[in-house]
Amino acid sequence: MQFGIFSVGDITPDPTTGVTPSEGERIESMTRIALKAEEVGLDVFATGEHHNPPFTVSSPTTHLAYIAAKTEKLQLSTSTTLITTNDPVKIAEDYAFLQHLSGGRIDLMMGRGNTGPVYPWFGKDIKDGIKLAIENYHLLRKLWREPVVNWQGQFRTPLQGYTSTPAPLDGTPPFVWHGSIRSPEIAEQAAYYGDGFFHNHIFWGPDHAAKMVRLYRQRFEHYGHGAADQAIVGLGGQVFLGATEAEAKKQFRPYFDNAPVYGHGPSLEDFSAATPLTVGTPEQVIERTLGFADYAGDYQRQLFLIDHAGLPTEVVLEQLEILGREVVPVLRAEFDRRRPAHVPSDPPTHTSLVAAGPEARHHLVEPAKADDTATVTEGAQS
Amino acid sequence: MTRTIVVLTAGLTVPSSTRLLGDQLADAVSAAVGSRGEAVSFEYVEVRELAQDLAGYMTSGGVATPRLAAVREQISAADGLIAVTPVFSASYSGLFKMLIDALDTDALNGMPVLIAATAGTARHSLVLDHAMRPLFSYLRAVVLPTGVFAATEDFGSTGLSDRVARAAAELANAVVVSGSDHVAGFAPDPTARRRTSGNDLAPVADFAELLRGHSG
Repeated sequence: MQFGIFSVGDITPDPTTGVTPSEGERIESMTRIALKAEEVGLDVFATGEHHNPPFTVSSPTTHLAYIAAKTEKLQLSTSTTLITTNDPVKIAEDYAFLQHLSGGRIDLMMGRGNTGPVYPWFGKDIKDGIKLAIENYHLLRKLWREPVVNWQGQFRTPLQGYTSTPAPLDGTPPFVWHGSIRSPEIAEQAAYYGDGFFHNHIFWGPDHAAKMVRLYRQRFEHYGHGAADQAIVGLGGQVFLGATEAEAKKQFRPYFDNAPVYGHGPSLEDFSAATPLTVGTPEQVIERTLGFADYAGDYQRQLFLIDHAGLPTEVVLEQLEILGREVVPVLRAEFDRRRPAHVPSDPPTHTSLVAAGPEARHHLVEPAKADDTATVTEGAQS
Repeated sequence: MTRTIVVLTAGLTVPSSTRLLGDQLADAVSAAVGSRGEAVSFEYVEVRELAQDLAGYMTSGGVATPRLAAVREQISAADGLIAVTPVFSASYSGLFKMLIDALDTDALNGMPVLIAATAGTARHSLVLDHAMRPLFSYLRAVVLPTGVFAATEDFGSTGLSDRVARAAAELANAVVVSGSDHVAGFAPDPTARRRTSGNDLAPVADFAELLRGHSG
């Protein structure tokens, strides 16, 4: 199973000191956090993508390429890549290039973006969000799988005889996740292609995450990619660790109370009860996190949000030490113990996808349709 | 078949004149439904008890507490609604509106709603028609013709009980008729839009449907 961290990339004043990091400091801080993740034995670092203040993360492949050059094993991902407002042609090029630079240590998570005004800046309309996600992603799959693409859709200028360069590393497109907090259409989309589904699992309660994951699992099976419990699921989570629960709460509370999304709202205690947020000892975080599999099923990737709400870099690095050295090794062992043999422990990686060979379903634009053809052929023969 | 009516009241004190008006309306509806040989049960939602849940919901990007989620379910599952608010600054109270804002936009489709309001003076009485009626019309509820406004002085008058009885008869009629005792036509009924609490995932089309026209 993979464990890692995902960052939103926000610049938020530290409420205890009033100090706001500069854009340069925040970028440097995220880099240090990513390098620390590898150092303490985590598997994944994922960066957000935003195109408006107070965020710095407008160019994920630039940042991930730099981190790739400084790391050996860390898997690099996104949380999320805006499949709505980015040109899918540019995504195909940028991430294939990054795949080459990183030796295949990348995957991507598709997301729509929920900031209305960003859409018109890129010539789009947030009301088309789902349609954009569907059309653009379908084109992206073709660009990574067909040597020459002819395309005419609703949203971008047509393509005639277009070849995306560089082609994916080893002719093998990166694995893709789809992230959505509340749109069942996106769970359906992930299931259709046999891609991974990631639930943010921070803002809403466990019962909601469970419904989204259940829908994805059922439809994954429906489209013939495997049994429902073999679908590739990722979950977010939010933790703050301390030697005692009281100490952890005392240190985290001012950051929680002033956080951009939920600050000045519910209490730390109420929000911890209503959502997966866990503020406490490593033992408490381990127990709560293991419980995620009770309602989401055995899953393949767990990402924690830890660098947000103005927390100083040094505090985040300490948190990573505890997470990597005390929490994740136990989670890894315990999740392995409970997972049945037929459920994959990890999401597909570049190595596993290359090993599966060029005839594997991953190389089809619409693998769900391959089964239809197979069924028809079998029918004709019998 | 027992109908269920939710009585939504936004009074702030205990006892409150808003809840008192809600009780009078419920009693009158109960009598009116009973006189038609049907049964009705009432469920009370005091918005004041949800004040912290609502503030948390609004400031957390929509995390509903279990209690708020249960109320959303309860309201969208009802056969009818009695909504009573005190008048604050020429409109329904802010707390009342927070609860309405926390409902799914499809929570009240076609639901019979009896609107009512209380205030210190009768000079606020147009709040029913200038604020409450458009609010529930927007939510595609069926707002009954008679709204009931009670100024403090009205609680001693027979005029109020007459209006309560008239409004109650309209609601009783609407919830009994909106049951199953009419014959459906042959054409599909475009008004039959289902009610949803917003707690569950919306039904999703098969992906082939979503991809249609977008596969290049």
